[in-house]
Amino acid sequence: MDLSALYTQIILEHSRSTRNKRQLTCATCKERGHNPSCGDDITIELQLEDGRVVDAAFTGVGCAISQASTSMMIDLIKGKTTGEVAQLTDTFLAMIRQELDNDSSLKNLGEAVALKGISQMPARVKCAVLAWHTLQEAIKTGA
Amino acid sequence: MGFSVHEIRQDFPALAQSVHGKPLIYLDNAATTQRPVQVLEAIERYNHFANANPHRGVHYLGTEATRAYEQARERVARFINAGSRKEVIFTRNATEALNLVAFAFGLAQVKAGDEIVLCISEHHSNLVPWQQIARLTGAKLKYLYLDEEFCLTHKEIQAKITDTTKIVAIAQMSNVLGTIYPVREIAGWAHSQGAVVVVDAAQSIPHQVVDVQALDADFLVFSGHKIYGPMGIGVLYGREELLREMPPYQFGGDMIEYVEEESSTFAPLPQKFEAGTPNVEGAVGLAAALDYVESIGLKQIAEHERNLTAYALEELRKLRWVRVHGPLDMAQRGPVISFEIEGCHPHDVATILDTYGVAVRAGHHCAQPLMNYLKIPASSRVSFALYNTKEEVDVFLESILNVRKWLGYGS
Repeated sequence: MDLSALYTQIILEHSRSTRNKRQLTCATCKERGHNPSCGDDITIELQLEDGRVVDAAFTGVGCAISQASTSMMIDLIKGKTTGEVAQLTDTFLAMIRQELDNDSSLKNLGEAVALKGISQMPARVKCAVLAWHTLQEAIKTGA
Repeated sequence: MGFSVHEIRQDFPALAQSVHGKPLIYLDNAATTQRPVQVLEAIERYNHFANANPHRGVHYLGTEATRAYEQARERVARFINAGSRKEVIFTRNATEALNLVAFAFGLAQVKAGDEIVLCISEHHSNLVPWQQIARLTGAKLKYLYLDEEFCLTHKEIQAKITDTTKIVAIAQMSNVLGTIYPVREIAGWAHSQGAVVVVDAAQSIPHQVVDVQALDADFLVFSGHKIYGPMGIGVLYGREELLREMPPYQFGGDMIEYVEEESSTFAPLPQKFEAGTPNVEGAVGLAAALDYVESIGLKQIAEHERNLTAYALEELRKLRWVRVHGPLDMAQRGPVISFEIEGCHPHDVATILDTYGVAVRAGHHCAQPLMNYLKIPASSRVSFALYNTKEEVDVFLESILNVRKWLGYGS
Protein backbone atom coordinates (compact mmCIF):
# COMPACT_ATOMS: atom_id res chain seq x y z
CA MET A 1 0.00 0.00 0.00
CA ASP A 2 1.37 3.37 -0.99
CA LEU A 3 0.56 6.03 1.55
CA SER A 4 1.68 8.80 -0.74
CA ALA A 5 -1.16 7.89 -3.11
CA LEU A 6 -3.61 8.05 -0.24
CA TYR A 7 -2.61 11.04 1.84
CA THR A 8 -2.02 13.33 -1.10
CA GLN A 9 -1.68 17.08 -0.77
CA ILE A 10 -5.16 17.62 -2.12
CA ILE A 11 -6.77 15.16 0.29
CA LEU A 12 -4.92 16.60 3.27
CA GLU A 13 -5.90 20.13 2.25
CA HIS A 14 -9.55 19.22 1.92
CA SER A 15 -9.52 17.23 5.15
CA ARG A 16 -8.43 20.29 7.10
CA SER A 17 -10.23 22.94 5.10
CA THR A 18 -13.01 24.78 6.91
CA ARG A 19 -14.39 26.35 3.74
CA ASN A 20 -17.33 23.94 3.46
CA LYS A 21 -17.60 23.30 7.15
CA ARG A 22 -20.40 25.43 8.50
CA GLN A 23 -24.13 25.49 9.06
CA LEU A 24 -26.43 26.85 6.37
CA THR A 25 -28.86 29.55 7.38
CA CYS A 26 -31.40 28.56 4.71
CA ALA A 27 -31.02 24.77 4.60
CA THR A 28 -33.97 22.97 3.02
CA CYS A 29 -32.75 19.54 3.96
CA LYS A 30 -30.30 18.04 6.37
CA GLU A 31 -29.04 14.52 6.96
CA ARG A 32 -26.69 12.96 9.49
CA GLY A 33 -24.49 10.06 8.51
CA HIS A 34 -22.08 8.11 10.65
CA ASN A 35 -19.85 5.09 10.66
CA PRO A 36 -20.35 3.87 14.21
CA SER A 37 -17.36 1.55 14.13
CA CYS A 38 -14.80 4.27 13.44
CA GLY A 39 -16.45 7.41 14.75
CA ASP A 40 -16.94 9.30 11.48
CA ASP A 41 -19.97 11.47 12.09
CA ILE A 42 -21.09 14.15 9.64
CA THR A 43 -24.19 16.20 8.98
CA ILE A 44 -24.81 17.49 5.49
CA GLU A 45 -27.05 20.47 4.83
CA LEU A 46 -28.41 21.44 1.44
CA GLN A 47 -30.29 24.43 0.16
CA LEU A 48 -32.35 23.12 -2.74
CA GLU A 49 -34.28 25.49 -4.98
CA ASP A 50 -36.18 24.37 -8.09
CA GLY A 51 -34.30 21.09 -8.14
CA ARG A 52 -30.90 22.72 -7.94
CA VAL A 53 -28.31 22.77 -5.14
CA VAL A 54 -27.97 26.45 -4.38
CA ASP A 55 -25.74 25.90 -1.39
CA ALA A 56 -24.29 22.99 0.58
CA ALA A 57 -22.16 22.59 3.69
CA PHE A 58 -21.32 20.10 6.40
CA THR A 59 -20.41 19.80 10.05
CA GLY A 60 -18.99 16.92 12.04
CA VAL A 61 -15.88 14.93 12.75
CA GLY A 62 -14.07 12.07 11.14
CA CYS A 63 -10.88 10.77 9.61
CA ALA A 64 -8.96 12.57 6.88
CA ILE A 65 -10.59 10.44 4.19
CA SER A 66 -14.18 11.03 5.29
CA GLN A 67 -13.61 14.75 5.81
CA ALA A 68 -11.84 15.22 2.49
CA SER A 69 -14.45 13.22 0.63
CA THR A 70 -17.23 15.34 2.12
CA SER A 71 -15.50 18.61 1.35
CA MET A 72 -14.73 17.62 -2.25
CA MET A 73 -18.27 16.44 -2.76
CA ILE A 74 -19.68 19.74 -1.59
CA ASP A 75 -17.45 21.69 -3.98
CA LEU A 76 -18.66 19.43 -6.77
CA ILE A 77 -22.42 19.54 -6.22
CA LYS A 78 -22.89 23.26 -5.69
CA GLY A 79 -24.95 24.67 -8.55
CA LYS A 80 -25.82 21.22 -9.94
CA THR A 81 -29.35 19.90 -10.45
CA THR A 82 -30.45 16.98 -8.29
CA GLY A 83 -30.36 14.83 -11.43
CA GLU A 84 -26.74 15.75 -12.07
CA VAL A 85 -25.93 15.15 -8.40
CA ALA A 86 -27.47 11.67 -8.58
CA GLN A 87 -25.32 10.89 -11.61
CA LEU A 88 -22.14 12.14 -9.96
CA THR A 89 -22.94 10.09 -6.87
CA ASP A 90 -23.38 6.96 -8.98
CA THR A 91 -20.07 7.62 -10.71
CA PHE A 92 -18.23 8.19 -7.43
CA LEU A 93 -19.65 5.06 -5.79
CA ALA A 94 -18.89 3.01 -8.91
CA MET A 95 -15.31 4.31 -8.89
CA ILE A 96 -14.85 3.22 -5.27
CA ARG A 97 -16.48 -0.15 -5.90
CA GLN A 98 -14.33 -0.65 -9.01
CA GLU A 99 -17.47 -1.00 -11.13
CA LEU A 100 -16.74 1.61 -13.77
CA ASP A 101 -16.65 0.18 -17.30
CA ASN A 102 -14.56 3.03 -18.60
CA ASP A 103 -12.82 5.91 -16.91
CA SER A 104 -14.24 8.64 -19.15
CA SER A 105 -16.88 9.66 -16.60
CA LEU A 106 -14.20 10.20 -13.92
CA LYS A 107 -13.40 13.65 -15.28
CA ASN A 108 -16.83 14.77 -14.02
CA LEU A 109 -15.82 14.06 -10.46
CA GLY A 110 -13.29 16.89 -10.29
CA GLU A 111 -10.93 16.66 -7.31
CA ALA A 112 -12.85 13.71 -5.86
CA VAL A 113 -10.96 11.51 -8.33
CA ALA A 114 -8.12 11.77 -5.82
CA LEU A 115 -10.01 9.19 -3.74
CA LYS A 116 -9.82 6.51 -6.43
CA GLY A 117 -7.03 4.71 -4.56
CA ILE A 118 -9.44 3.94 -1.70
CA SER A 119 -10.95 1.23 -3.88
CA GLN A 120 -7.82 -0.78 -3.05
CA MET A 121 -8.32 -0.39 0.69
CA PRO A 122 -11.37 -2.33 1.86
CA ALA A 123 -11.04 -1.12 5.45
CA ARG A 124 -11.35 2.52 4.35
CA VAL A 125 -14.07 2.32 1.70
CA LYS A 126 -16.78 3.23 4.18
CA CYS A 127 -14.91 6.41 5.12
CA ALA A 128 -14.87 7.58 1.51
CA VAL A 129 -18.50 6.77 0.69
CA LEU A 130 -20.11 8.09 3.88
CA ALA A 131 -20.70 11.62 2.57
CA TRP A 132 -22.14 10.39 -0.70
CA HIS A 133 -24.60 8.00 0.89
CA THR A 134 -25.62 10.74 3.30
CA LEU A 135 -26.11 13.08 0.35
CA GLN A 136 -28.42 10.54 -1.32
CA GLU A 137 -30.52 10.38 1.84
CA ALA A 138 -30.57 14.16 2.20
CA ILE A 139 -31.87 14.63 -1.34
CA LYS A 140 -34.46 11.91 -0.84
CA THR A 141 -35.87 13.69 2.21
CA GLY A 142 -35.65 17.10 0.54
CA ALA A 143 -37.34 16.10 -2.71
CA MET B 1 12.92 -21.41 33.98
CA GLY B 2 13.38 -17.77 33.06
CA PHE B 3 11.03 -15.87 30.84
CA SER B 4 12.41 -15.68 27.29
CA VAL B 5 10.20 -13.70 24.95
CA HIS B 6 12.29 -14.79 21.97
CA GLU B 7 11.69 -18.44 22.78
CA ILE B 8 8.01 -17.78 23.32
CA ARG B 9 7.72 -16.13 19.92
CA GLN B 10 8.85 -19.39 18.29
CA ASP B 11 5.57 -20.91 19.50
CA PHE B 12 3.46 -18.43 17.51
CA PRO B 13 3.58 -19.04 13.75
CA ALA B 14 1.44 -15.98 13.00
CA LEU B 15 4.12 -13.67 14.41
CA ALA B 16 6.74 -14.81 11.91
CA GLN B 17 5.00 -13.27 8.90
CA SER B 18 5.52 -9.97 7.12
CA VAL B 19 2.75 -7.56 6.20
CA HIS B 20 3.17 -4.84 3.57
CA GLY B 21 6.78 -5.98 3.35
CA LYS B 22 7.45 -5.29 7.04
CA PRO B 23 7.71 -7.72 9.96
CA LEU B 24 4.31 -7.99 11.61
CA ILE B 25 4.09 -6.19 14.94
CA TYR B 26 0.84 -7.34 16.43
CA LEU B 27 -0.42 -4.87 19.04
CA ASP B 28 -4.13 -5.62 18.86
CA ASN B 29 -4.17 -8.30 21.52
CA ALA B 30 -7.10 -6.85 23.42
CA ALA B 31 -9.20 -7.67 20.33
CA THR B 32 -7.82 -11.16 19.91
CA THR B 33 -4.55 -12.93 20.62
CA GLN B 34 -2.53 -15.16 18.31
CA ARG B 35 -2.39 -18.88 19.06
CA PRO B 36 0.66 -20.98 19.91
CA VAL B 37 1.40 -24.26 18.13
CA GLN B 38 0.51 -26.06 21.36
CA VAL B 39 -3.10 -24.91 20.89
CA LEU B 40 -3.16 -25.52 17.13
CA GLU B 41 -1.75 -29.02 17.62
CA ALA B 42 -4.19 -29.91 20.40
CA ILE B 43 -7.08 -28.99 18.10
CA GLU B 44 -5.55 -30.99 15.26
CA ARG B 45 -5.01 -34.02 17.53
CA TYR B 46 -8.61 -33.89 18.65
CA ASN B 47 -9.84 -33.75 15.05
CA HIS B 48 -7.54 -36.57 13.98
CA PHE B 49 -8.16 -38.99 16.82
CA ALA B 50 -11.13 -38.10 19.00
CA ASN B 51 -13.84 -36.33 17.00
CA ALA B 52 -17.39 -37.51 17.65
CA ASN B 53 -20.51 -36.09 19.25
CA PRO B 54 -19.91 -36.01 23.00
CA HIS B 55 -22.39 -37.19 25.65
CA ARG B 56 -24.11 -39.47 23.13
CA GLY B 57 -21.95 -42.09 21.50
CA VAL B 58 -21.32 -45.34 23.27
CA HIS B 59 -18.62 -46.08 20.71
CA TYR B 60 -14.93 -45.45 21.21
CA LEU B 61 -14.74 -42.02 19.59
CA GLY B 62 -17.88 -40.84 21.35
CA THR B 63 -16.25 -41.66 24.66
CA GLU B 64 -13.01 -39.94 23.63
CA ALA B 65 -14.86 -36.77 22.61
CA THR B 66 -16.77 -36.74 25.89
CA ARG B 67 -13.56 -37.19 27.81
CA ALA B 68 -11.79 -34.41 25.89
CA TYR B 69 -14.69 -32.01 26.44
CA GLU B 70 -15.12 -32.75 30.13
CA GLN B 71 -11.38 -32.63 30.77
CA ALA B 72 -11.38 -29.18 29.21
CA ARG B 73 -14.14 -28.17 31.60
CA GLU B 74 -12.10 -29.39 34.54
CA ARG B 75 -9.08 -27.51 33.20
CA VAL B 76 -11.08 -24.28 33.13
CA ALA B 77 -12.49 -24.92 36.61
CA ARG B 78 -8.95 -25.31 37.96
CA PHE B 79 -7.68 -22.23 36.14
CA ILE B 80 -10.28 -19.93 37.70
CA ASN B 81 -10.50 -21.87 40.98
CA ALA B 82 -14.19 -22.73 40.58
CA GLY B 83 -15.68 -24.83 43.37
CA SER B 84 -16.62 -27.60 40.96
CA ARG B 85 -16.84 -28.47 37.27
CA LYS B 86 -20.61 -28.00 37.46
CA GLU B 87 -20.00 -24.28 37.79
CA VAL B 88 -18.30 -24.05 34.37
CA ILE B 89 -20.59 -23.61 31.35
CA PHE B 90 -19.13 -23.46 27.86
CA THR B 91 -20.54 -20.78 25.57
CA ARG B 92 -19.57 -19.32 22.18
CA ASN B 93 -17.84 -16.32 23.74
CA ALA B 94 -18.02 -13.86 26.63
CA THR B 95 -20.94 -12.06 24.98
CA GLU B 96 -23.06 -15.21 24.89
CA ALA B 97 -22.14 -15.94 28.50
CA LEU B 98 -23.28 -12.45 29.53
CA ASN B 99 -26.51 -12.85 27.59
CA LEU B 100 -27.06 -16.15 29.37
CA VAL B 101 -26.73 -14.49 32.77
CA ALA B 102 -28.86 -11.52 31.72
CA PHE B 103 -31.72 -13.56 30.31
CA ALA B 104 -31.68 -16.71 32.47
CA PHE B 105 -30.86 -14.96 35.76
CA GLY B 106 -31.58 -11.24 35.29
CA LEU B 107 -34.94 -11.56 33.64
CA ALA B 108 -36.26 -13.84 36.41
CA GLN B 109 -34.74 -11.95 39.34
CA VAL B 110 -34.95 -8.28 38.44
CA LYS B 111 -38.21 -6.48 39.17
CA ALA B 112 -39.56 -3.04 38.28
CA GLY B 113 -37.84 -0.41 40.38
CA ASP B 114 -34.73 -2.52 40.98
CA GLU B 115 -31.40 -1.13 39.86
CA ILE B 116 -28.69 -2.64 37.70
CA VAL B 117 -25.30 -0.97 38.18
CA LEU B 118 -22.69 -0.92 35.41
CA CYS B 119 -19.45 0.96 34.93
CA ILE B 120 -19.44 3.68 32.25
CA SER B 121 -16.49 1.93 30.57
CA GLU B 122 -18.35 -1.34 29.98
CA HIS B 123 -17.92 -3.06 26.65
CA HIS B 124 -21.22 -3.22 24.76
CA SER B 125 -21.35 -6.94 25.52
CA ASN B 126 -21.78 -6.18 29.24
CA LEU B 127 -24.06 -3.23 28.63
CA VAL B 128 -26.57 -3.86 25.86
CA PRO B 129 -27.94 -7.11 27.41
CA TRP B 130 -28.57 -5.21 30.68
CA GLN B 131 -30.31 -2.41 28.82
CA GLN B 132 -32.64 -5.05 27.44
CA ILE B 133 -33.26 -6.53 30.89
CA ALA B 134 -33.98 -3.06 32.27
CA ARG B 135 -36.39 -2.39 29.43
CA LEU B 136 -38.18 -5.74 29.85
CA THR B 137 -38.47 -5.57 33.64
CA GLY B 138 -38.85 -1.85 34.30
CA ALA B 139 -35.58 -1.80 36.25
CA LYS B 140 -33.24 1.19 36.17
CA LEU B 141 -29.66 1.27 34.86
CA LYS B 142 -27.16 3.21 36.94
CA TYR B 143 -23.56 3.91 35.94
CA LEU B 144 -20.39 4.14 37.97
CA TYR B 145 -18.40 7.12 36.70
CA LEU B 146 -14.63 7.53 36.79
CA ASP B 147 -12.40 10.09 38.47
CA GLU B 148 -9.74 12.16 36.65
CA GLU B 149 -7.34 9.22 36.88
CA PHE B 150 -9.86 7.01 35.05
CA CYS B 151 -10.43 4.98 38.22
CA LEU B 152 -13.38 4.22 40.50
CA THR B 153 -13.44 5.74 43.96
CA HIS B 154 -14.80 4.02 47.08
CA LYS B 155 -17.22 6.90 47.35
CA GLU B 156 -18.63 6.32 43.89
CA ILE B 157 -18.98 2.58 44.50
CA GLN B 158 -20.77 3.08 47.80
CA ALA B 159 -22.98 5.87 46.49
CA LYS B 160 -24.22 3.97 43.45
CA ILE B 161 -24.50 0.42 44.78
CA THR B 162 -27.31 0.45 47.37
CA ASP B 163 -29.94 -1.89 48.74
CA THR B 164 -32.07 -1.26 45.63
CA THR B 165 -29.26 -2.65 43.45
CA LYS B 166 -30.06 -6.14 42.22
CA ILE B 167 -27.13 -6.73 39.88
CA VAL B 168 -23.69 -5.18 39.52
CA ALA B 169 -22.08 -6.03 36.18
CA ILE B 170 -18.50 -4.87 35.72
CA ALA B 171 -15.43 -5.66 33.67
CA GLN B 172 -12.37 -6.46 35.74
CA MET B 173 -10.26 -4.50 33.25
CA SER B 174 -11.39 -1.86 30.75
CA ASN B 175 -10.70 -2.79 27.14
CA VAL B 176 -10.25 0.91 26.34
CA LEU B 177 -8.59 2.55 29.33
CA GLY B 178 -6.70 -0.42 30.68
CA THR B 179 -8.01 0.42 34.16
CA ILE B 180 -8.18 -2.54 36.53
CA TYR B 181 -11.22 -2.11 38.75
CA PRO B 182 -11.32 -3.22 42.40
CA VAL B 183 -13.71 -6.11 41.73
CA ARG B 184 -13.13 -7.74 45.08
CA GLU B 185 -14.00 -4.58 46.94
CA ILE B 186 -17.01 -3.98 44.70
CA ALA B 187 -18.22 -7.55 45.28
CA GLY B 188 -17.83 -7.18 49.05
CA TRP B 189 -19.85 -3.98 49.11
CA ALA B 190 -22.44 -5.24 46.60
CA HIS B 191 -23.02 -8.40 48.61
CA SER B 192 -23.51 -6.37 51.77
CA GLN B 193 -26.28 -4.56 49.87
CA GLY B 194 -27.84 -7.82 48.67
CA ALA B 195 -26.75 -7.51 45.01
CA VAL B 196 -25.36 -10.19 42.73
CA VAL B 197 -22.04 -9.52 41.00
CA VAL B 198 -21.30 -10.36 37.36
CA VAL B 199 -17.64 -9.99 36.36
CA ASP B 200 -16.51 -9.65 32.75
CA ALA B 201 -12.98 -11.05 32.82
CA ALA B 202 -12.52 -11.09 29.02
CA GLN B 203 -9.72 -8.49 29.21
CA SER B 204 -8.15 -9.40 32.53
CA ILE B 205 -7.84 -13.16 32.22
CA PRO B 206 -4.70 -13.29 30.02
CA HIS B 207 -2.88 -10.80 32.25
CA GLN B 208 -3.51 -11.70 35.88
CA VAL B 209 -4.61 -14.56 38.12
CA VAL B 210 -8.40 -14.68 38.08
CA ASP B 211 -9.73 -16.59 41.08
CA VAL B 212 -13.53 -16.59 41.24
CA GLN B 213 -13.59 -17.49 44.93
CA ALA B 214 -11.02 -14.88 45.95
CA LEU B 215 -12.94 -12.29 43.91
CA ASP B 216 -16.20 -13.46 45.46
CA ALA B 217 -17.80 -13.29 42.01
CA ASP B 218 -21.30 -14.72 41.58
CA PHE B 219 -20.83 -14.96 37.82
CA LEU B 220 -17.69 -14.47 35.73
CA VAL B 221 -17.23 -14.71 31.99
CA PHE B 222 -14.38 -14.78 29.49
CA SER B 223 -13.57 -15.72 25.90
CA GLY B 224 -11.03 -18.29 24.75
CA HIS B 225 -9.63 -16.22 21.91
CA LYS B 226 -8.33 -13.44 24.15
CA ILE B 227 -6.15 -15.90 26.07
CA TYR B 228 -4.38 -17.57 23.13
CA GLY B 229 -7.22 -20.02 22.49
CA PRO B 230 -9.53 -20.33 19.49
CA MET B 231 -12.56 -18.18 18.64
CA GLY B 232 -16.01 -19.64 19.20
CA ILE B 233 -15.46 -20.84 22.77
CA GLY B 234 -16.25 -18.89 25.90
CA VAL B 235 -16.87 -19.60 29.55
CA LEU B 236 -19.53 -18.74 32.05
CA TYR B 237 -18.69 -19.41 35.66
CA GLY B 238 -21.64 -19.26 38.04
CA ARG B 239 -22.05 -20.13 41.70
CA GLU B 240 -23.72 -23.51 41.82
CA GLU B 241 -26.71 -22.50 43.92
CA LEU B 242 -27.49 -19.66 41.49
CA LEU B 243 -27.08 -21.80 38.38
CA ARG B 244 -29.23 -24.53 39.88
CA GLU B 245 -32.16 -22.17 40.40
CA MET B 246 -31.92 -20.61 36.94
CA PRO B 247 -34.13 -21.72 34.07
CA PRO B 248 -32.35 -22.98 30.93
CA TYR B 249 -31.27 -20.35 28.42
CA GLN B 250 -31.69 -22.37 25.23
CA PHE B 251 -33.61 -25.57 24.64
CA GLY B 252 -32.95 -28.67 22.59
CA GLY B 253 -30.66 -31.65 22.60
CA ASP B 254 -28.04 -32.37 25.26
CA MET B 255 -29.73 -30.17 27.88
CA ILE B 256 -32.69 -32.49 28.61
CA GLU B 257 -33.37 -35.41 30.86
CA TYR B 258 -36.77 -36.78 29.77
CA VAL B 259 -38.78 -35.43 26.86
CA GLU B 260 -42.45 -36.25 26.46
CA GLU B 261 -44.90 -34.91 23.91
CA GLU B 262 -45.97 -31.96 26.03
CA SER B 263 -43.16 -31.37 28.48
CA SER B 264 -39.55 -32.08 29.36
CA THR B 265 -37.28 -32.21 32.34
CA PHE B 266 -33.84 -30.74 32.10
CA ALA B 267 -30.38 -32.13 32.56
CA PRO B 268 -28.43 -31.26 35.71
CA LEU B 269 -25.56 -28.75 35.70
CA PRO B 270 -23.64 -28.00 33.62
CA GLN B 271 -25.47 -29.63 30.68
CA LYS B 272 -28.66 -27.69 31.49
CA PHE B 273 -27.07 -24.61 29.88
CA GLU B 274 -25.42 -26.29 26.91
CA ALA B 275 -28.12 -27.00 24.34
CA GLY B 276 -27.03 -28.65 21.10
CA THR B 277 -23.74 -30.15 19.99
CA PRO B 278 -20.99 -28.18 21.70
CA ASN B 279 -17.75 -26.79 20.31
CA VAL B 280 -15.51 -29.61 21.55
CA GLU B 281 -12.46 -28.65 19.52
CA GLY B 282 -12.83 -25.09 20.86
CA ALA B 283 -12.92 -26.38 24.44
CA VAL B 284 -9.89 -28.58 23.76
CA GLY B 285 -8.04 -25.61 22.26
CA LEU B 286 -8.94 -23.42 25.22
CA ALA B 287 -7.69 -26.05 27.68
CA ALA B 288 -4.40 -26.22 25.76
CA ALA B 289 -4.16 -22.42 25.87
CA LEU B 290 -4.64 -22.41 29.65
CA ASP B 291 -1.96 -25.10 29.96
CA TYR B 292 0.31 -22.93 27.85
CA VAL B 293 -0.26 -19.82 29.95
CA GLU B 294 0.28 -21.74 33.17
CA SER B 295 3.45 -23.35 31.87
CA ILE B 296 4.92 -19.88 31.42
CA GLY B 297 3.35 -18.47 34.54
CA LEU B 298 0.89 -15.61 34.88
CA LYS B 299 3.22 -13.78 37.24
CA GLN B 300 6.03 -13.80 34.65
CA ILE B 301 3.61 -12.82 31.90
CA ALA B 302 2.22 -9.97 33.97
CA GLU B 303 5.68 -8.66 34.78
CA HIS B 304 6.79 -8.76 31.15
CA GLU B 305 3.65 -6.96 29.99
CA ARG B 306 3.95 -4.43 32.78
CA ASN B 307 7.47 -3.55 31.65
CA LEU B 308 6.31 -3.05 28.06
CA THR B 309 3.35 -0.96 29.16
CA ALA B 310 5.36 1.23 31.52
CA TYR B 311 7.96 1.84 28.80
CA ALA B 312 5.37 2.64 26.12
CA LEU B 313 3.49 4.99 28.45
CA GLU B 314 6.65 6.79 29.46
CA GLU B 315 7.71 7.31 25.84
CA LEU B 316 4.23 8.33 24.67
CA ARG B 317 4.04 10.94 27.41
CA LYS B 318 7.18 12.60 26.03
CA LEU B 319 5.31 13.44 22.84
CA ARG B 320 3.45 16.67 23.46
CA TRP B 321 0.90 15.89 20.71
CA VAL B 322 -0.12 12.55 22.20
CA ARG B 323 -2.86 12.24 24.80
CA VAL B 324 -3.28 8.97 26.72
CA HIS B 325 -6.77 7.98 27.89
CA GLY B 326 -6.24 5.81 30.94
CA PRO B 327 -4.47 5.66 34.30
CA LEU B 328 -0.77 6.51 34.40
CA ASP B 329 -0.29 4.66 37.69
CA MET B 330 0.88 1.17 36.76
CA ALA B 331 -0.77 -0.27 39.87
CA GLN B 332 -4.16 0.69 38.46
CA ARG B 333 -3.79 -0.59 34.94
CA GLY B 334 -3.16 -3.47 32.56
CA PRO B 335 -1.35 -3.61 29.19
CA VAL B 336 -3.90 -1.69 27.10
CA ILE B 337 -3.14 1.91 26.07
CA SER B 338 -5.65 4.14 24.32
CA PHE B 339 -4.31 7.35 22.90
CA GLU B 340 -5.05 10.26 20.61
CA ILE B 341 -2.63 12.04 18.29
CA GLU B 342 -3.44 15.69 17.94
CA GLY B 343 -4.88 16.50 14.53
CA CYS B 344 -4.88 12.85 13.42
CA HIS B 345 -8.00 10.75 13.39
CA PRO B 346 -7.51 7.26 14.89
CA HIS B 347 -8.56 5.63 11.64
CA ASP B 348 -5.82 7.40 9.72
CA VAL B 349 -3.38 6.53 12.52
CA ALA B 350 -4.25 2.83 12.19
CA THR B 351 -3.96 2.87 8.38
CA ILE B 352 -0.57 4.54 8.49
CA LEU B 353 0.79 2.31 11.28
CA ASP B 354 -0.42 -0.72 9.31
CA THR B 355 1.87 0.19 6.43
CA TYR B 356 4.76 -0.06 8.91
CA GLY B 357 3.55 -3.54 9.87
CA VAL B 358 2.12 -2.31 13.17
CA ALA B 359 -1.39 -3.61 13.90
CA VAL B 360 -3.36 -1.33 16.25
CA ARG B 361 -7.04 -0.84 16.85
CA ALA B 362 -8.93 2.36 16.03
CA GLY B 363 -12.50 3.25 16.78
CA HIS B 364 -14.87 3.24 19.71
CA HIS B 365 -13.73 -0.22 20.91
CA CYS B 366 -17.33 -1.33 21.47
CA ALA B 367 -17.64 1.21 24.28
CA GLN B 368 -19.69 4.08 22.86
CA PRO B 369 -21.03 5.30 26.23
CA LEU B 370 -17.42 5.65 27.44
CA MET B 371 -16.45 7.55 24.28
CA ASN B 372 -19.35 9.95 24.89
CA TYR B 373 -18.35 10.28 28.54
CA LEU B 374 -14.76 11.13 27.52
CA LYS B 375 -16.14 13.39 24.77
CA ILE B 376 -14.03 11.78 22.06
CA PRO B 377 -15.37 10.19 18.87
CA ALA B 378 -12.77 7.44 18.80
CA SER B 379 -9.27 6.54 19.93
CA SER B 380 -6.29 4.46 18.85
CA ARG B 381 -5.30 1.53 21.02
CA VAL B 382 -2.25 -0.66 21.47
CA SER B 383 -2.49 -3.74 23.65
CA PHE B 384 0.36 -6.04 24.60
CA ALA B 385 0.61 -9.80 25.04
CA LEU B 386 3.25 -12.13 26.41
CA TYR B 387 4.99 -12.34 23.00
CA ASN B 388 5.52 -8.63 22.39
CA THR B 389 9.00 -7.16 22.71
CA LYS B 390 10.56 -3.85 23.64
CA GLU B 391 11.93 -3.66 20.08
CA GLU B 392 8.37 -3.85 18.78
CA VAL B 393 7.34 -1.03 21.08
CA ASP B 394 10.23 0.99 19.65
CA VAL B 395 9.06 0.41 16.08
CA PHE B 396 5.57 1.44 17.13
CA LEU B 397 6.91 4.65 18.68
CA GLU B 398 9.01 5.48 15.61
CA SER B 399 6.03 4.81 13.35
CA ILE B 400 3.93 7.24 15.36
CA LEU B 401 6.34 10.02 14.41
CA ASN B 402 5.67 9.10 10.79
CA VAL B 403 1.92 9.35 11.28
CA ARG B 404 2.29 13.04 11.96
CA LYS B 405 4.51 13.48 8.90
CA TRP B 406 2.13 11.68 6.55
CA LEU B 407 -0.73 13.81 7.74
CA GLY B 408 1.21 16.98 7.08
CA TYR B 409 2.51 17.92 10.53
CA GLY B 410 6.16 18.79 11.07
CA SER B 411 6.60 16.51 14.07
